[in-house]
Amino acid sequence: MSGQSMFADTLRRLSRNPLAVAGAVVILFFLVMALFPKCFSEHDPNRINILRILDPPSARHLLGTDDLGRDVLARMVYGARISLSVGFVAESIAIGIGLIVGLLAGYYGGRADAVLMRFVDIMLCFPSFFLILSVVAFIGPSIWNIMIIIGITGWMGVARLVRAETLSLKERDFVVAARAQGAGAARIMFRHILPNTLAPILVAATLGVAGAILVESSLSFLGIGVQPPTPSWGNILTAGKDNIEFAWWLSLFPGLAIFVTVLGYNLLGEGIRDAVDPRLKGR
Amino acid sequence: MGRYVLRRILVSIPLLIGISIITFVVINMAPGGPIGVASDMNPKATAEYRERLKAYYGLDQPVHVRYIRWLGRMAVLDFGDSFSLDGRKVWDKIKERIPVTLLINALSMSLIFLIAVPIGIYSAVRKGSVFDRISTVAVFTGFAIPTFWLALLLMILFGVHLGWLPISGLVSLEYDALSLPLKILDRAGHLVLPVFLAAFGGLAGISRYMRSNMLEVIRQDYIMTARAKGLPEKVVVRRHAVRNALLPVITIFGLSIPGLLGGSVIFETIFAIPGMGQLFYQGVMSRDYPLIMGILTIGAFLTLLGNILADVGYAVADPRINTERAG
Amino acid sequence: MRRRLFRRFAFPVLIAAAFLAVAAAGCFGPGGKSTEDESSAFSDIPAYGDSIIEGSIGDVSGFLSAVTSDSASHAAAGYVFNGLVRYDKNIELTGDLAESWKVSPDGRKIVFRLRAGVKWHDGAPFTSEDVLFTYRKMIDPKTPTAYGEDFKQVTKAYAPDPLTFVAEYDRPYAPALASWGMHILPKHLLEQHPDISRSPLNKKPVGTGPYRFTDWKTGEKTVFDASPDYWDGKPYISRVVTRVIPDLATMFLELKSGGIDLMNLSPLQYTRQTETKQFKESFKKYRYLSSGYTYLGFRLDHPFFADRKVRQAIAYATNKKEIINGVFFGLGEEATGPYKPGTWAHNPNVMRYEHDPAKAKELLAQAGWDRTDATGTLINKEGKRFEFTVLTNAGNKSREQTVAIIQQNLAAVGIRVEIRTVEWAAFINEFVKKRNFDALVLGWNITPDPDQYDIWHSSKTAPDELNYIGYVNAEVDQLLENGRRTFDKERRKKAYFRIQEILAEDQPLVFLYYPDALPVVHKRIRGIEPAPAGISHNYVKWYVPAEQQRYKSFQR
Repeated sequence: MSGQSMFADTLRRLSRNPLAVAGAVVILFFLVMALFPKCFSEHDPNRINILRILDPPSARHLLGTDDLGRDVLARMVYGARISLSVGFVAESIAIGIGLIVGLLAGYYGGRADAVLMRFVDIMLCFPSFFLILSVVAFIGPSIWNIMIIIGITGWMGVARLVRAETLSLKERDFVVAARAQGAGAARIMFRHILPNTLAPILVAATLGVAGAILVESSLSFLGIGVQPPTPSWGNILTAGKDNIEFAWWLSLFPGLAIFVTVLGYNLLGEGIRDAVDPRLKGR
Repeated sequence: MGRYVLRRILVSIPLLIGISIITFVVINMAPGGPIGVASDMNPKATAEYRERLKAYYGLDQPVHVRYIRWLGRMAVLDFGDSFSLDGRKVWDKIKERIPVTLLINALSMSLIFLIAVPIGIYSAVRKGSVFDRISTVAVFTGFAIPTFWLALLLMILFGVHLGWLPISGLVSLEYDALSLPLKILDRAGHLVLPVFLAAFGGLAGISRYMRSNMLEVIRQDYIMTARAKGLPEKVVVRRHAVRNALLPVITIFGLSIPGLLGGSVIFETIFAIPGMGQLFYQGVMSRDYPLIMGILTIGAFLTLLGNILADVGYAVADPRINTERAG
Repeated sequence: MRRRLFRRFAFPVLIAAAFLAVAAAGCFGPGGKSTEDESSAFSDIPAYGDSIIEGSIGDVSGFLSAVTSDSASHAAAGYVFNGLVRYDKNIELTGDLAESWKVSPDGRKIVFRLRAGVKWHDGAPFTSEDVLFTYRKMIDPKTPTAYGEDFKQVTKAYAPDPLTFVAEYDRPYAPALASWGMHILPKHLLEQHPDISRSPLNKKPVGTGPYRFTDWKTGEKTVFDASPDYWDGKPYISRVVTRVIPDLATMFLELKSGGIDLMNLSPLQYTRQTETKQFKESFKKYRYLSSGYTYLGFRLDHPFFADRKVRQAIAYATNKKEIINGVFFGLGEEATGPYKPGTWAHNPNVMRYEHDPAKAKELLAQAGWDRTDATGTLINKEGKRFEFTVLTNAGNKSREQTVAIIQQNLAAVGIRVEIRTVEWAAFINEFVKKRNFDALVLGWNITPDPDQYDIWHSSKTAPDELNYIGYVNAEVDQLLENGRRTFDKERRKKAYFRIQEILAEDQPLVFLYYPDALPVVHKRIRGIEPAPAGISHNYVKWYVPAEQQRYKSFQR
């Protein structure tokens, strides 16, 4: 099998899906923004100016100022970094855990599988937002805590996916062959099985990043998200909600940013799913 | 069938124990204790008073003792007394809050079902069409907009500017004086925005799931056969495909309970609805351990129950499932 | 109605103060002023009927204020219960259930003469036995109350006849009189309950107050109806409803759409969102100093802050005006000490720290911070950089903004400040209690009685006690003792004036500001008299003219 051409194939199908492309463009835009904030705003996001409190958008402050006279654009740009980091790190943790649990359960099967999957079932029973809320409130809403907790409450889907893939892959010829050549379990899992589960994981990951960004904004609404003065889209939006009628720019822009980004990740994820879905390929 | 149900329930018992352990672990991650909230920064609260509270709440016991005690009582829905100063039974507090939360979730689930399933079917049948694209964006829009922001925008539009809907709460202040039809109308009016919001956020999951099921079913042999027999496409879709694609959606409803419950924290706070989500949030913020444990357990229990019901429903609806083996 | 800005997790600080305030049926503030003139096309004749709907962020936890500690509960209890004394509109103690009282010349005995003919809402007569019962419950170890200390000072309490109650002390104890603002409990309904917090009365109170308890739907609302035989006359407004609305943005929308009649505005709402003609047609805004101040506190055994010069330098570097203008839109006053301007204990002539970065730098140099590193941060001889963390509690927006401004102010004199916001319960448990902070921004409520022994006395620095900054000053200790051991107002005043001078000079904390209370009330509600105590002191006399009454279904 040629991984190269399969990848190219997928990419070609993906590029024919306008929604997925739009999603990718949005994601790229905000990624660039997060990586090179200076190119987007020359203002300091934490520079207070009490003479310019809640100024509407103007040439000087393109997106207006917030309730301490800070430049909203600058806060949005640096907030992109925070919000996207929350999404990426949290989802990386989730995927890390999910991968390991899924590989182990699927590869070894039997009792290990039963125990691990029961654990997954248990975790799936909890309203994860309840868990996140209590843990964040208990150990304090630092940005790292938030990432970690969103991660460790969000890996179950990945684990199930990976397990299912592993189950079907481990009987395939190339895995059997590798085993016959004396490859160790770890090597088989990571070298042979793992690469073949990447597509569904990628789909789960894009959706997961979007979910984590939303969870952060919900936590911010409840006052236990990323703490000011560090800007995140969630806490800028929360600051804006109390002035929603009067200072519309303070809620509109972060609201839109969250909306567009989350939508973008979802559309891209769906696009990838459609593009790689092996069941659709036969047609 | 009876044996299947029984087995399904028995299998859930270890899950319940697992749930209780996780709940307990979460609670014990909390630094400090509940004492602080009741008395901190209060010049008249003496150290002696705090000691008294500690003994009173049993916090001087070791962790495992507290867990085992709690587990025993949990079996009979006795979650202990709330740490808050009203000192009421946790179950009593939850009991009075659950109906609202369940009502809103049940309504929004029905709404989700009514809207998401047809969207899913239609966009699968017309895969790649304009409808498919627009509906995809539309359902994800519901998912992607921060709930509290959309809630405020809708409140401003329908509550303040148009004056069509009440802004928050469950009933009007003069509810008691209304006639029955007006009472119903009043309640319904208060539910419109929260239910709509909860449903809007949940459309994406179900409609996308329905869509992919449908796509899969359409490719199955029997559908091909039906088509080959020359049955009109409409009949093929309606009679064969939809029914089969719909079945797995039943299970998804069981799994969507946690998400809806989690979301209720946000919309109950913003709409000032005295439900379980708001209670949970208050409990978390005031370190009301028994209350948090109680709600986490009940939330997980409801999910478990939903899953069992969904599985049973699935088994009932689809005779092909071997009820002896499944579960 | 009582002031009800119960900011989310904002500050149950000095709840006792809040408690006293509420028990005395009022909130306190000098120079209350209405922002516009009363003008109306309608008649202004007091009439019975209508309801007033308040918004509150928090729900009630119980109605017996001895065993609750949140402001929502205390406010609710205030409708139903009375104390022996209360604070009047000028924040002077006046009789409530007590018609009069006498303090013996040696200050060790207080004799209360009770009002005759007062009945509990269930019809039973109110007598001195109820007062004695309340006292016993307050010192009973089975009562989980946070307010027992004042009553433990009592050496002997007795009720010689149904209308006389006597409390004796072994030493004069000035805060004692105010402590009898504690809500008096009905003996006949509570006798059989060893723990009053578990009694049914905590959920369905029966009191002597102007309103009777009607309904409490947890998490939703509390309802009180006017008591027809209230001893001070039946209140005009028939019903008082307090709705729980946890989100402030929602609450403001409810106000605008007519769902509630009374709430506290944020400075931003007050200045920028309520100036429309439409809003002014329906609502009237009030503004007066609230009873609390916010400060920047230091851990005084921290190597940076042990030096008074450093603290004074920070006071000079902090631009209080900027904070008040920026965060509060000018709706507040610079704080100079722990008492409220306009009250008798407040000393207006203490050392002030006008914003003066040059002076701050000079003082810092004198304290050994005389050079800077490459980043412009001050360093001392040992090469230590002047950087520290300021903590504050999360969820209190104005406080977060205040810290941000302080950060910027201090950066201008070469001090680097990290900001950390921590959610309330953890803030108290993990940082304040454990003395685990460099500096923090917090607030204290100001009690009407100026005794602040627990906050400033050097004996109160143990863990869990309130002098958590570790302030030790022998002269202040002595003055605090003097102040609470006499009923002579002039002598007390002298002690507290001197304390303020010392505190101003010492700056154990930088006194930042007293924020304004900004209640807004629907215009149909009349009879509001802004006073030093705020607007709620005479809520029993508020009314709605007959033709403007809105809620008619529950009139009686």
